Amino acid sequence: MSRIEPSDVARVATLARLALSQDEIAAMTRDLEQMLDYVAALDRLDTQDVEPTAHSFELPTPLRPDRAVPPLDPEIALGNAPEREGTAFLVPKVLEEGG
Amino acid sequence: MAKADSLLAGDLSDLRGALDRRDCSAVELVQASLDAMDARADLAAIVFRRDEAALTEAEAADERIASGKPASPLDGLPVVLKDNIVQAGEPATCASRILEGYVSPFDSGVVERLQRAGAIVVGRANLDEFAMGSSTENSIHGPSRNPWDPERACGGSSGGSAAAVAAGLVPLAFGSDTGGSIRQPASFCGVVGFKPTYGRVSRWGLVAYASSLDQIGPFARRVADCALALEAVGGHDDRDSTSLPEVVPPLRSRLDGDVSGLVVGLPKEYFAPEGAQPGVLARVREAIGVLEGEGVRFVEISLPHTAYTIATYYIIATAEASSNLARFDGVRYGRRAEHPKDLLDLYERSRSEGFGAEVKRRILLGTYVLSAGYYDAYYVKAQKVRTLIRRDFEAAFGECDAILTPTTPETAFALGAKAGDPLSMYLSDVYTVSANLAGLPALSVPCGFVDGMPVGLQLLGKPLDEATILRIGDAFERRTDHHRQSPPGPPGSPGTD
Repeated sequence: MSRIEPSDVARVATLARLALSQDEIAAMTRDLEQMLDYVAALDRLDTQDVEPTAHSFELPTPLRPDRAVPPLDPEIALGNAPEREGTAFLVPKVLEEGG
Repeated sequence: MAKADSLLAGDLSDLRGALDRRDCSAVELVQASLDAMDARADLAAIVFRRDEAALTEAEAADERIASGKPASPLDGLPVVLKDNIVQAGEPATCASRILEGYVSPFDSGVVERLQRAGAIVVGRANLDEFAMGSSTENSIHGPSRNPWDPERACGGSSGGSAAAVAAGLVPLAFGSDTGGSIRQPASFCGVVGFKPTYGRVSRWGLVAYASSLDQIGPFARRVADCALALEAVGGHDDRDSTSLPEVVPPLRSRLDGDVSGLVVGLPKEYFAPEGAQPGVLARVREAIGVLEGEGVRFVEISLPHTAYTIATYYIIATAEASSNLARFDGVRYGRRAEHPKDLLDLYERSRSEGFGAEVKRRILLGTYVLSAGYYDAYYVKAQKVRTLIRRDFEAAFGECDAILTPTTPETAFALGAKAGDPLSMYLSDVYTVSANLAGLPALSVPCGFVDGMPVGLQLLGKPLDEATILRIGDAFERRTDHHRQSPPGPPGSPGTD
């Protein structure tokens, strides 16, 4: 049995930048525990000498000529911005004054 | 108009012929498709429409056809896209609140190629949020319904695309398949669904779920139409670094019904009596009999790591999802929480308000398996088992040209039946995820019915060898009429009660 505590879920939620309610944490604790129990089946396999597969096919990293191409028009790029100022995306202040 | 209407339920070659003979126009076909969407709004298959733009594009197609120069075999034909494949100027919600109001600033590679081919995007199809699900119930647009029985799910996550083709709204639709999201809904809705080899179709402009598994592919009523679709949209794209350099060979012109001498493997793990509904296995065995009659030789094979595919998939897919979905942070596009007190609050509340429960569940699981102390035990372990699963297929393909299995263990389940039980929902992909883990091309073809609901058989091919599975699927269609069956019409229409 994988033991998952609500505090584990809260920690992972912080890493994932999710703010969960107490009810959500309780439900996700149960779901995560069920999934981790299920995937624990993989431990039955000896994979000591097995290489991991990240992609089904080995493709060399493709290279392209370093050539300037016209960028996306800033007006179009900013078209979906929730808030903007000039040609910048606007977010709440990150540093305090003098910080 | 009646002509365009009835043609819509046919296959692409019928439609092509009708357009080229001027029996009907592209404008009439597109209008018929839009009318059919109105008539079948009850299915909730289509979530956005392009009525005006589509009719304008159809006029241009009619001019090309009238001048005897259609752009391609798809010129003038209406298609729909899953709402996670972007088109410039159009929404792409991915069925998520976090992308409500988003308008794509660019075209996906698939849209560019479809436009070059003259195909006309008439609408966008429902899906499970960010393609995470197997029923098209996890959607801000509400659940899509199965045309064969509106109380049942149409499968997922590309359920709207499957339902749209099954109900005759369009002859061709596109979806994405990460663990079975094209094949499982195709099977549930009684249409052909095709996931090409990983890397065959550009994913530029496909909203990423699990990047080492995602692949775009078509739905149609005929295997030959799926072959044509891959010819149109497949091939290398510089903007997708996993896009394969190989040229897509001619596929449709080589479908001649001859399958004699082909050797097809039947993995014993996929035919275990406790694994699937007896009726599903019976239909698939009947299909095997049909193909044997055509000279296919069947051999029993083993894929020993089959029991581990779902566990492997859910570690790898959720890990990749947790990384891919980090981009939805309320800064550059999508939903932003109101009155954030600082940047962290903006991130956390925008994401928490924007994502649904299944997406949060997968982000949490993925973040967990990637987090310090668990990375080797879960993520690297799953990648190693992925190697074992891939080797199973390499060994099997030493003995056979293709592999045949049921597409799903059961026919379409009732809406809501699995909603409270994530693991049981995940297990409905038990026969389809291995093709994604191994990168193989895979096809689901209708092979009959159980209690009035469609059953699909799945064909798995060697990497890049779409030609063989298309050949087998097409040969099967030539000897059967399952693909010609149509679901009942809209509620209240003649012939329904």
